[in-house]
Amino acid sequence: MLKNKSLVSIDDVSNEDLEEIFTLSDRMLGVVESNKNPHLMDSKIMATLFYEPSTRTRLSFESAMHRLGGSVISVSDASSSSVAKGETLADTIRMAEGYSDIIVMRHPLEGAARLAAQFSSKPIINAGDGSGQHPTQTILDLFTMWKEFGKIDGLKIALIGDLKYGRTVHSLILALSRFNVELTVISPPSLSIPEQFFSRIPENVKVRKSEKMEGFVEDADVLYVTRIQKERFADKNEYLSLIGSYSVDLKIVESLKKNAIIMHPLPRIDEIKPEVDFTKYARYFKQASYGIPVRMALISMILGVN
Amino acid sequence: MDKTLLIAKIKDGTVIDHISPGKSFKVLSILNIDSSIGYTVTVAVHVPSKKMGFKDIVKIEGRFLEKEELDRISLAAPNAAISIIRNYEITEKFHVEIPEEITGIIDCPNQNCISNAREPVKPRFLVRSKNPLSLKCYYCERLINENEILQNL
Repeated sequence: MLKNKSLVSIDDVSNEDLEEIFTLSDRMLGVVESNKNPHLMDSKIMATLFYEPSTRTRLSFESAMHRLGGSVISVSDASSSSVAKGETLADTIRMAEGYSDIIVMRHPLEGAARLAAQFSSKPIINAGDGSGQHPTQTILDLFTMWKEFGKIDGLKIALIGDLKYGRTVHSLILALSRFNVELTVISPPSLSIPEQFFSRIPENVKVRKSEKMEGFVEDADVLYVTRIQKERFADKNEYLSLIGSYSVDLKIVESLKKNAIIMHPLPRIDEIKPEVDFTKYARYFKQASYGIPVRMALISMILGVN
Repeated sequence: MDKTLLIAKIKDGTVIDHISPGKSFKVLSILNIDSSIGYTVTVAVHVPSKKMGFKDIVKIEGRFLEKEELDRISLAAPNAAISIIRNYEITEKFHVEIPEEITGIIDCPNQNCISNAREPVKPRFLVRSKNPLSLKCYYCERLINENEILQNL
């Protein structure tokens, strides 16, 4: 039950909650397609506090609230206003809870949303805290798999790219570990999953590690590709020599199972070649579009209206 | 083992026994025991022990420990046994216990954690496992292992 609760970490959501979220997101997809205002959030106000720049997450939260018939107040660059005046996050949140019914926030420090939830009587949704959690992205990733395959149990998922710094990939792996899945983690050695994190994956989850895609993606149902950032490499030549080996092109696509899908949290740079966009495997834009119905479902469940 | 007492009995104070070998120095630092103290402290290091193989012992004359000090000791020496001594007699004996939640004792080693920022909260950890000791930061959810805990105590 998510009613009146904050959503800070994927651990705040049980598998039962997930099933409920998926079913409701599917219904919300119908609401979006019908283009009708369901008036579920009339008179409800969402505050968005973004201490870090964001395009898609913020737009999709605001769009989701508008789609539900609610309204949004926002600070486009919270860090330049409150922080500059020396206000603590605890104080900012206690101010914002008086102005709204639900608060969506992104902050550069890990644990910021948990702290906010501690000081707020209104529910907080974490839209990313430093390199910590980004639970709504994780839920929409899971929803995409559920929507495509009708279930998550039994899926073989290959996670490719930056598995060290990638915020989305960590909470996704933890969430997937709660299902009966087989994981393959593929990354250059310098960007492999941190040991500290790897030890959190339960022993019953089958995990294969690899440095290359060939021989490891052919049996996958899902290729979850993440961005390898140039900034992570001190030596730019190393990046250039490496990026090709982690780039999904038509040759890789031809080796995939016929019903496999390719996902990416976006923005992508060179990890997926543009020509792949036109193949039947590409799902990343669809995945991004699911951000709206999933966030509509979450807002409705948290505010107790569905 | 030789039957003679390795270190003398104390009249009033606290005996911390069954400290993992080598950890007595950490216990002294937790209790802020240095050359400026006005009471006697005796330390035995690497003492043969039936239960543990080897152990350390700390005896503090004239000092009784606070709950927070015992909690800190439990993180450095989870097997430690505490004896309260009054007039050469043991009046109370118990084992330290790692609390379920640890608040305000150690800082989160993640410099990017909100608990290290200027906010009105104390660092707070949930105990994930007692043996081996592993804590999870309530805020950033970072796991910290025994070594990191010791460095932070």
